[in-house]
Amino acid sequence: MVERLAMPKSWRLESKPHKFCPGCGHGMVLKVLGEVIDELAIQEKLIFGVDIGCSLLAWDFFDVDTVQTHHGRTNPVMVGIKRARPELLCIAYMGDGGAYAIGSQHLVNAAFRNEKIMAIVVNNCNYGMTGGQMSPTTLPGQKTETSPYGRDPKETGSPTQGPEMVAAIASPGAYVARGSVTNLKQLKRFMKKAVENQLAGNGFSFLEVISCCPTNWRTNAKQTWAFMEEEMASYFRVGELLTAEKDEENS
Amino acid sequence: MDKLIQEEKRVFMTGNEAVAWAAVAAGAEIMNGYPITPQNEIMHYWTRLAPKFNKKFLQTEDELSAGFTTIGSVLGGKKAFSATAGPGTTLFQEPLSMAEMMRIPMVLVVQQRGGPSTATVIYSQQEVNMVTFGGNGEGWRIVYSTSSHQELYDYTIKAFDMAWKYRFPAIILGDGYQAKMRESLLMYNPEERGIELVQPEAFVGKPGLPGRDRPASHLRNAFSVEEELFDAAMSIQREYDQMASEIIEADQQQIEDAQLVIVAHGVVSRAAVAAMNRLRAKGLKVGYFRPITLRPFPEKQLQAVAASCNNFLLVESALGQLARLFKEALFNVPVKTFQTIYKPGVGITAEEIVEYIEALG
Repeated sequence: MVERLAMPKSWRLESKPHKFCPGCGHGMVLKVLGEVIDELAIQEKLIFGVDIGCSLLAWDFFDVDTVQTHHGRTNPVMVGIKRARPELLCIAYMGDGGAYAIGSQHLVNAAFRNEKIMAIVVNNCNYGMTGGQMSPTTLPGQKTETSPYGRDPKETGSPTQGPEMVAAIASPGAYVARGSVTNLKQLKRFMKKAVENQLAGNGFSFLEVISCCPTNWRTNAKQTWAFMEEEMASYFRVGELLTAEKDEENS
Repeated sequence: MDKLIQEEKRVFMTGNEAVAWAAVAAGAEIMNGYPITPQNEIMHYWTRLAPKFNKKFLQTEDELSAGFTTIGSVLGGKKAFSATAGPGTTLFQEPLSMAEMMRIPMVLVVQQRGGPSTATVIYSQQEVNMVTFGGNGEGWRIVYSTSSHQELYDYTIKAFDMAWKYRFPAIILGDGYQAKMRESLLMYNPEERGIELVQPEAFVGKPGLPGRDRPASHLRNAFSVEEELFDAAMSIQREYDQMASEIIEADQQQIEDAQLVIVAHGVVSRAAVAAMNRLRAKGLKVGYFRPITLRPFPEKQLQAVAASCNNFLLVESALGQLARLFKEALFNVPVKTFQTIYKPGVGITAEEIVEYIEALG
């Protein structure tokens, strides 16, 4: 028997150690997701869709049926599966580029239609897989390969506020939250509620996760943590934006 | 469909309506689509039929989404399809390429309109390049080019079957004329005719706990190194080649003594046949050849024709898109004369072809 240590049961041993860079946030997000899969016992009916970008590296991460799609197209693939097989649970997993740039049309319309899927957006303020270009969530002044002198909001706009955008257009029954890998307990709580929202068939479930990319940020552990806790947190507010309870309060 | 097409039924309808009925007859369960002329009525008829037959429809935000939701529905184990045209076919190259790589049997109806760009909503044969070799790939598709409403019906049913049998995306290539005009056809229940419909199978979400009762499905289209892709590509190509010999279709008439063979596909082949008949009545030895599958292309059939007659007149409503497939098929085969009537985006009549050939003297 291989020692599983603290690995969630739904993790696939054969694909560990995983393929993400040292210090990457994906491992933490996927650990939280793995624990939620175990605790809610959804491994059998979960379909995990991964986008192109670093998220594609999760294509064989779980002992869960997984579909790697195209850049930005994970939401529609999951929508197609969910509509064909409503008894399944569909989670689209992508980065900020896939969700808010190339796939924004799909995200917005999935939210408008209140599709009964869940989308997880791992926000690390850049395109990691392609080598650290500016992304929709790159912070003002942040240096990337395509904003080498820092992002200038006058030229390239301000960071996309994903959950705020989705919350503004979502229908009753939707769950929208933003968590962070700097607070895994809270992230797990949000993750669980988002999954449960789909299990209950309430509506679109959306979770952005503030994450990190020390490779492209060129930061050490301390700097990485500080960037998330200080810089990112000042633009991206952590918390729940839409929940079933808030629906009730508003009704 | 259980009641509506139990018995054979002679009907008079548009090609788009025939396609919707054929999809029902083929056992399709889901259509996802985005409006574009001239295919809209396929969605219109499907959405009217859908609730009666427990079928589903989603109007998506664009053709990318139409393609990728259709892929999702197929992965879920349902026969699913979409329909598009022109710029929509351009956007469909992305989902089609994923279907090629991951062997996803999505079905797509393309009713060609004028191109490039927005062009006309009416008619052309200018989407041949796109449906055969569009996308970043090797053309691993099945493409049926139909010429009548009966064929739209027959080949829509066949496209679902071949897609699911061989696990390649399948395209029914019509055009705006076929989409919008009315003509008669015989609708039937394929199973009544002894056609055993291939049953769909889920790619994901099968029973059992993944990792314990069964291996998890890990479906991917990205590879880490060149050799990994090479192996995958060569294995798909082998299976495509193997399929090719089983599904290639062509039509030909009066080749034996022909001194000139008219080559055409789709609706233009009707003008070609009519022209051939009129010229034959005048004593001119004219034959006709038509590829029905544009992918895979009936190369051997065409080569056999060329061995018997090597004077060709190729006729198409495009600037040489069929001609490119023709030339590739006859590479290194001696062709004495090769003439063309190219009318991009415009219909071609039998009279024009007759006149052209008579002027040759």
